[in-house]
Amino acid sequence: MDATILLLLLQDGVVNGAIYALIALSLVLVFTVTRVILIPQGEFVAYGALTLASLEAGTLPGTVPLLLGLGGLAFLADCAEARHTLDGRTLLRLALRDLALPALVAAAAWFLAPAKPGLLIEILVTLAIVTPMGGFLHAVAFRPLAQASVLVLLIASVGVHLALTGLGLVFFGAEGSRTPPLSEASFPAGPLLVSGQSLWMIGLTLAIILGLWLFFSRTLLGKALIATAVNRLGARLMGIAPSLAGRLSFSVAAFIGALSGVLIAPLTTVYYDTGFLIGLKGFVAAIIGGLASYPAAAAAAILVGIIESVASFEASAFKEVIVFMAIIPVLLWRSLRSAPIEDEE
Amino acid sequence: MKRIVWALALAGTVLASPVLAQPIKIGVTIAKTGPAASLGIPQANTVTLLPTEIGGQKVEWIVLDDATDTTKGVANARKLASDDKVDAIVGSSVTPVSLAMVEVAAEAKVPMISLAASSKIVAPMDDKRRWVFKAPQNDGLMAEAIATHMAKAGVKSVGFIGFNDAYGDGWLAEITPRLEAKGIKLAATERYARTDTSVTGQALKVMAAKPDAVLIAGSGTPAALPQKTLKERGYAGKYYQTHGVANADFLRVGGKDLEGTVLPAGPLLVAEQLPESNPVRKVALDYTKAYEAKFGAGSLATFGGHAYDAEVLLANAIPVALKTAKPGTPEFRSALRDALEGLKDVVYTNGVVNMTPTDHVGQDDRARVMVTIENGRWKLLSATN
Repeated sequence: MDATILLLLLQDGVVNGAIYALIALSLVLVFTVTRVILIPQGEFVAYGALTLASLEAGTLPGTVPLLLGLGGLAFLADCAEARHTLDGRTLLRLALRDLALPALVAAAAWFLAPAKPGLLIEILVTLAIVTPMGGFLHAVAFRPLAQASVLVLLIASVGVHLALTGLGLVFFGAEGSRTPPLSEASFPAGPLLVSGQSLWMIGLTLAIILGLWLFFSRTLLGKALIATAVNRLGARLMGIAPSLAGRLSFSVAAFIGALSGVLIAPLTTVYYDTGFLIGLKGFVAAIIGGLASYPAAAAAAILVGIIESVASFEASAFKEVIVFMAIIPVLLWRSLRSAPIEDEE
Repeated sequence: MKRIVWALALAGTVLASPVLAQPIKIGVTIAKTGPAASLGIPQANTVTLLPTEIGGQKVEWIVLDDATDTTKGVANARKLASDDKVDAIVGSSVTPVSLAMVEVAAEAKVPMISLAASSKIVAPMDDKRRWVFKAPQNDGLMAEAIATHMAKAGVKSVGFIGFNDAYGDGWLAEITPRLEAKGIKLAATERYARTDTSVTGQALKVMAAKPDAVLIAGSGTPAALPQKTLKERGYAGKYYQTHGVANADFLRVGGKDLEGTVLPAGPLLVAEQLPESNPVRKVALDYTKAYEAKFGAGSLATFGGHAYDAEVLLANAIPVALKTAKPGTPEFRSALRDALEGLKDVVYTNGVVNMTPTDHVGQDDRARVMVTIENGRWKLLSATN
């Protein structure tokens, strides 16, 4: 391996690492607020990419009926949740949020899809379709289990992942898609050729890290989320609804997932089940960051990307083994360093 | 003695009368979901086109999904054999599942026609594989075609990028001795996974070895990724792909980076470009028309053709078996097996079949053509080689 190849591998690793970083950030976000290990995060990535690809092709994405269906289910779940205080106003509010909003997005997608309105609007429509799914999934699958143990939440998470993968196959079919790059530009830098697409990816990842940091340190809503993460009961006593915090974090995760999908779709072919492996690598990064620290998770994600890229050069048959083995020394170190915690709450 | 003959004749007439009421049952287990769904879905679609009457007998098709899962495939095969009492099993779509089902077919003594590629499913012939037949071409037949084409094109060294699974393993095992025999060097061997988002590392490694040509052993659209990456990095040698990529989605995803790629394929892929004299042409075109009439123009994938071919084999064997036994009996299943083994000059969408007791694929050079990609379409290179 000479210096040029090493540089090329580093470049490839950093670009892929940026995607893993986005996944790791949303996993950390969701876990700290709700204690859910969000395995379906990868599905949001696949849905984002495939939704954009079908808009690109001028067809109505399969995620639109899914959004309407999930909205309907979430409406029922919300009504059941609020059954003791259900009045006309609450009902209207729930209907607006769970039924009218998806219907509006669906109508927009239906009008815009055949017209092929250009990449920017298609990306916005994609984000508008996938983002609400996060909140709906929380209402349907996770809020009723909010008091359950981490293990039960993990099992529910696996269940949602399997369901979403199956639905992905139904709606998008078995074959994958690619989309055109966000930018065709490329800049020579020494032996490297830096593509506009990779700059977009790294730039957006940094922007999201900055945005999350501002959100958590400067806004009341962000602070409410942190409060819920630190102590659910205490936050509740202070007037913060944990279910709202959960819903918000799921929506943010879905948004970041869909954005990752939009970013990765021009680089590789995305399939209905591509998301799982991407999500797992993001999970490795989040674990290295202790499922608590955003900067550590993001840095670990870049590291995972670089390990993966070098491993695929040196020993391609063992690439995944090497990437997932990287988690073991970190877990050992962490478990030796920290005192055992008996009570998880 | 005379009495026994009479009794048999009597039993024969009594049993023969409800013949029409007892349909032939054929169980199908394929990968409608899971990693091999792009093979299983066109196969499941094809089953809906298959005739419901063969040789004057009603035929019932029972289709199950095995989710590309070995355990599920075996469970399906057991269910079909013991609960549904099928007369033949068709499936599964991939090699690992099919290999596991061989045991069940042999145990239950049900003839099975696999829709997967590896020659290990039917060779070496033994007591279990007696019951197993295979519709798709052996990898070896295709590998031979690639090695021959490479030698003719003056290729001296080859870089291999293959799936990190049974498909890639199978191809590497088949192509290595054939390249050696032709004096071609295997300069680099790299592997990647179907779900990988980047193969930059592998591409760089292959390019560092400076081979004259690259062989990509992947199936379906994921096989486009290494080629796109190599093009991006400026690799200017020849590109070879395998017959696993032969569907329209591969062309859609690969786009202009695929121009000039050479691959072996079943004749079904380029049926309308075959010369009129080729017997496969008519069968393949009939199937194409029927499939596209139902599922839309351009929807054909050659993987579905294998399911159709399995039916062609059965349709030729069933009338022979019906002469000696009745559907639903062990005798019929055994007779059906013998009839399948005795098939001669049967034309189906991927060639002409002559089964022998040691060869349960029964194909020859007519089962493959060399194809290139030109202006985003498949183009036949030459009729036989």
